[in-house]
Amino acid sequence: MYNPLATLGKYTVSTLDEMGRIFLFALKGVKSCLLPPFYFREIFRQMTTFGFYSLPIVGLTAVFAGMVLALQTYVGFTRFNAEGAIASVVVISITRELGPVFAGLMVAGRVSSSIAAEIGSMRVSEQIDALMTMGVDPFKFLVAPRILSGILTAPFLVLIADIIGVMGGFLVSTTLLDFSTGSYISQTIQNMEAIDVISGLVKAAAFGFSVAIFGCYHGFYSDLGARGVGNATTSAVVSSCIGILILNYLLTALFFGI
Amino acid sequence: MSKIVFEDVHKSFDGGLRVLNGVSLKVEKGESHIILGRSGCGKSVLLKCLTGIMPVDSGDILADDISVGDKKRSKEYLQKFSILFQGNALFDSMTIIDNVVFGASQKNKDKSERRKIAEEKLLAVGLEKRVFDLYPAEISGGMQKRAALARAIAVEPEILLFDEPTSGLDPVTAGIICNLLKETIKSLGVTALTITHDLRVAEFLEDRISLLNEGRIVWTGHARDMENSGNQFVENFHRASNVITQRSAITAE
Ligand SMILES: Nc1ncnc2c1ncn2[C@@H]1O[C@H](COP(=O)(O)OP(=O)(O)OP(=O)(O)O)[C@@H](O)[C@H]1O
Ligand SMILES: [Mg+2]
Repeated sequence: MYNPLATLGKYTVSTLDEMGRIFLFALKGVKSCLLPPFYFREIFRQMTTFGFYSLPIVGLTAVFAGMVLALQTYVGFTRFNAEGAIASVVVISITRELGPVFAGLMVAGRVSSSIAAEIGSMRVSEQIDALMTMGVDPFKFLVAPRILSGILTAPFLVLIADIIGVMGGFLVSTTLLDFSTGSYISQTIQNMEAIDVISGLVKAAAFGFSVAIFGCYHGFYSDLGARGVGNATTSAVVSSCIGILILNYLLTALFFGI
Repeated sequence: MSKIVFEDVHKSFDGGLRVLNGVSLKVEKGESHIILGRSGCGKSVLLKCLTGIMPVDSGDILADDISVGDKKRSKEYLQKFSILFQGNALFDSMTIIDNVVFGASQKNKDKSERRKIAEEKLLAVGLEKRVFDLYPAEISGGMQKRAALARAIAVEPEILLFDEPTSGLDPVTAGIICNLLKETIKSLGVTALTITHDLRVAEFLEDRISLLNEGRIVWTGHARDMENSGNQFVENFHRASNVITQRSAITAE
């Protein structure tokens, strides 16, 4: 007989079990980031794939986010004659929320999938076994460089996204919406506070961590075979995006005291 | 003292699949021992247990009297071994030479020394200089096998493990690789344990052969004695292998 309670119970237990495993995996990953040996070449290689090659997609997302934000704010704010606030709305929204979250989600799609696929196929083709028999800890060689590159490069990506995003808003406001260049810039600078930018960069580091951890975790425990690796890739993207959204809420609450 | 000792090793997987069901075997120092068995009989699992990649359920495995489960001496234990994996397991983010340098770096700290050793080993397995800077995906299966062998011997192991060394290779290349393995074993004077389902490979590389069936070693001896071993499984395996050899000889003509 079908028992919905039993199914629910089973599902809850397996979800909690998975969360526990991810937590332990993350703990072990962080530990291996802090203790030697360090594989600097791997760290550098990961920083290039994580950061440098993500620049175009992150920049593109940011410029359109800034542009659409300026347009939308204009449309909304003219209803109560507050068009003057566009510059500050753009800079605050971009630095606090849109920059980090959009960059995070794009990187989650691009990087955590490729991490999961790479580590998953290394598992399938016995490369991880080969590492272990050579006395190399796969956590130190594979997981630590990815975590480090996530934490270190994501803030740079977001900083660039912030600048490009604000530029997007500036472009729309000065070309389509009759703002003068000087007043837009001075308003932007006046209304920008350090905490906005800093909170965004801290978020970015956390998002980078999420992308790396979920990518590595799903790659490491992917089922064998091409289908297993495919599923791992999907799971990595989905869970790192969810991770980003949850972390975003928690960090916002933490920073802005709610 | 035997080089490798399996003592009543058991291993099963989730869902009650019993793969190893009391494997006991002694491999002597300096011999080339073959474990022969049908596909899926647990040969690769046995190898993974031997190198500690998979924990055993019960029983013990010893190399030079060090137990695979001995956490304190695990580094010393692992350094004795080097594996030529079934699918080569070359790191595909590294060039061929970097793969071998990576192997060499496990024993040797000096950077320029490592590179010299790597070049030496690559030339020794018959690879040309032009492939050194290619990636594993860019070279043929036979070359990958050679590169993987170079990486395996760059570690300077006491024990070489070969998992299906000829799988996926054409008969000519397989023959060349077998010759190369035999030469390598001889010139390095190492203990070798080869895992295969191919009797021809076993006959070629053997000092002794052990047959694995239903999770146990059912017979150990020389290939020439298989025919009259008195064990039904051994005799059947021998007969079936020879039928295939004869057939392929006919088609080759
Ligand atoms: N990680 C694992 N989880 C569950 N079952 C496994 C695992 N690894 C191997 N098995 C099972 O153990 C059995 C033996 O597998 P193994 O890979 O050792 O075979 P083999 O003798 O090496 O075969 P082949 O000649 O095809 O390489 C198979 O039935 C396989 O399904
Ligand atoms: Mg196998």
